[in-house]
Amino acid sequence: MNNEMNAGLYRRRKFVNTLGLTLSMVAMALGLFVLLWILFVLFKNGFAGLSFAIFTESTPAPGSPGGGLANAIVGSLMMIGVTALIATPIGIFAGVYLAEFGDDNKLASITRFVTDIMLSAPSIILGLFVYAILVAQVKHFSGWAGSLALALIAIPVVLRTTENMLRLVPGSLREAAFALGAPHWKVTNYVTLRAARAGVMTGLLLALARISGETAPLLFTALNNQFFSTNMNAPLANLPVVIFQFAMSPYDNWVSLAWAGALLITLAVLVLNIVARVLFRERSSG
Amino acid sequence: MNTQATAAPLKNALEVRGLNFYYGKFQGLKNIDLDIAEGHVTAFIGPSGCGKSTLLRALNRMYSLYPGQRAEGQVNFYGDNILDSKQDLNMLRARIGMVFQKPTPFPMSIYDNVAFGVRLYENLNKADMDARVEWALTKAALWNESKDKLNQSGLSLSGGQQQRLCIARSVAVKPSVILFDEPTSALDPISTAKIEDLLHELKSDYTVAIVTHNMQQAARVSDFTAFMYLGELIEFGQTDKIFVKPQRKETEDYITGRFG
Amino acid sequence: MSTPPTTSGMLDPRMMAVVKKQRIQDFLFHKVTMLFAVLVLVALAAILVSLMISAWPAFQKFGISFIWTDEWDIVNENFGAAIAIYGTLVSSVIALLIAVPLAFGIALFLTEMCPTWLRRPLGTAIELLAAVPSIIYGMFGLFIFAPLFADYGQPALQSTLGQMPLIGPMFGGAMNGIGLLAAGLILAFMVLPFIAAVMRDVFEIVPPILRESAYGLGCTTWEVVRYIVLPYTQKGVIGGIMLGLGRALGETMAVTFVIGNSQRISESLFAPGTSIASTLANEFGEADDFHLATLFALGFLLFVITFVVLAIAKIMILRTERAQGAKT
Repeated sequence: MNNEMNAGLYRRRKFVNTLGLTLSMVAMALGLFVLLWILFVLFKNGFAGLSFAIFTESTPAPGSPGGGLANAIVGSLMMIGVTALIATPIGIFAGVYLAEFGDDNKLASITRFVTDIMLSAPSIILGLFVYAILVAQVKHFSGWAGSLALALIAIPVVLRTTENMLRLVPGSLREAAFALGAPHWKVTNYVTLRAARAGVMTGLLLALARISGETAPLLFTALNNQFFSTNMNAPLANLPVVIFQFAMSPYDNWVSLAWAGALLITLAVLVLNIVARVLFRERSSG
Repeated sequence: MNTQATAAPLKNALEVRGLNFYYGKFQGLKNIDLDIAEGHVTAFIGPSGCGKSTLLRALNRMYSLYPGQRAEGQVNFYGDNILDSKQDLNMLRARIGMVFQKPTPFPMSIYDNVAFGVRLYENLNKADMDARVEWALTKAALWNESKDKLNQSGLSLSGGQQQRLCIARSVAVKPSVILFDEPTSALDPISTAKIEDLLHELKSDYTVAIVTHNMQQAARVSDFTAFMYLGELIEFGQTDKIFVKPQRKETEDYITGRFG
Repeated sequence: MSTPPTTSGMLDPRMMAVVKKQRIQDFLFHKVTMLFAVLVLVALAAILVSLMISAWPAFQKFGISFIWTDEWDIVNENFGAAIAIYGTLVSSVIALLIAVPLAFGIALFLTEMCPTWLRRPLGTAIELLAAVPSIIYGMFGLFIFAPLFADYGQPALQSTLGQMPLIGPMFGGAMNGIGLLAAGLILAFMVLPFIAAVMRDVFEIVPPILRESAYGLGCTTWEVVRYIVLPYTQKGVIGGIMLGLGRALGETMAVTFVIGNSQRISESLFAPGTSIASTLANEFGEADDFHLATLFALGFLLFVITFVVLAIAKIMILRTERAQGAKT
């Protein structure tokens, strides 16, 4: 009597377990499937649109054939470069502050909290903000404004990674440097930061990967430029906005260029991510 | 090994008077009175949690790095009370060095590791710095093993060699006192023996205080021993007297292994 | 050249100069790094203030009723945020309804079922899904997903759920493959990796002893996760979900491509609509002064909503970490 009840209960529990685990496997498979599908479609259409002209010719006018993405590629690279120059010092210095002075400190706690929120804040709002304070004031779009908006996205990433990596450095290493009579800034600069440099670089690479694909903030800041230009003080062509404009257009060559651009961005992002991971794993185990 | 008290009066490098130490609300050290004699090795022994490391780290104010830890009382370093709030900590630590339990080579070359401390306070030209580095590495019995790879990273050395590098690093700045916090507990017996030999050598030029959980090590290397238990200094005296004829029952129990 | 220490004690005149210099250096070190940290806070405040200032004309004209007015008449300058808010909320909710169970399944798989050698590569694969830029999701949604959805997905839904009482009208109308539901689906896969990563991280914090004691009583894997792991990590899990919500609310590109960009609220989820971010992206280019102010007003609202959601998420995740710290 007891055994029959238990057997039935046990069978049901086993069934629920099998069901749950199977569904979990299905979820995992679904996630992988979508990833692979997206990548497959991207590679197929992107490679179809790739040609040497992508790198040599600028974006074509509406309706005209051919063309390339040279101006967009150059523009994106320039803006990302400037963003790196802005975001790196700010992110690292602020990260150092949180790691070295941030225990038991109200200002540090608030900064940390705000940074984590900014990490996930809508990037389109950041674009609006830069529009309001820069573009609207000088009455024109510019690459500088674009870089500023991207920097606002990148800084929280660099900040958090720098702080986390510095905190991972063993306390005994810091103490050994202090024990020699070194001032705090030398301990941080020559010992702690050095020991954490692989992780900090990873943070930089991940921040760059993140901003490479950002479109929305550029819509209000750098806008786009049909022609080749290296003038950061005017609307500057860039891959994401070009893709946005071309993808939903009726022109075949535009759509094809959009796919090619999407492929380039994704490749850059994936490469940066993988390099960052490999770099971190190698250095931190050495 | 363990020198008898000489006829000449001992000069004290450090004099601890009425030291109380607090981790937040918890009292880690209770009313410690202790002398660290110049040119001799003093060992702190006792079971886990007795406060020996706490006491050692008070001597170079390492605890000041952490808010919530504080000390009250006096620690006189050649007459100056280093617990005074006006005491410049960097300068103090250049005069009282420390070697830690785990070897802590900096992420730089062997040469730069040794030169790091020296560069903080002295402006030596290359020849003088080379000489100082060689001198320090020789003192730490590491010169022969490292002279051909001074430009390689400090992390490329073995564990025992890394610890000797840390000793060379501390020695290079020519402090008056060197504190050792369980320096051989992470090392193999051969490296341990090498470092114990080093401690004998260093005695002639420096004052040494060493924390060890290994009683035999204390008996081997030190001239004076302090036995601590639950934050109090139970007994202090010449090493052979402590180990052969301890005055207090707790000391005898610990030394004979009845607890610990 | 064996030179013993030159002085006992502290005083060494050479050192005094160096020590003084070091004090100034460390003072500067502290202040400069603090300045940069403060800069981050200033940026946040500046964002709120500048958005408010730019949006002021709109708020002044419409007042608080701006939030629930569902008009969007550009010609007569009669605006209301309700349409955009509706689209934002609905697409985000749909995204979460799909993403959360999937994320849970993935986290369960990675922590309980996956063979150890496979854990890192699969975990990395999920993280790479998070790294793919949202514009790629948008293009995928428009060119690949939407046609398939129109040909197979939507008819299937309409013939099943569309025939049921109450919820039927939600799946009615023209089947173009785009619309609120499509946007929600694409968004789901965009936020899935973030939620899955957070869930997996908090699942891994559970002490092995706790799991082992449950297994030791004869629990099945499912029961261990449901009755031990999930309650233990519940605040962190909720935090992860809210993090995903925060991202979904603000997502622009993935949504703009497939939401249809039409300023109306419809019964059917198949109908086109708009979200706050999409409205901003689409109408910014040609907006005149007052229209622009209204767009800023939308932006301000979005920022406030996301900020609140993310703040709650952060607090919940912090609470879990603190509880873990106290317990272990």
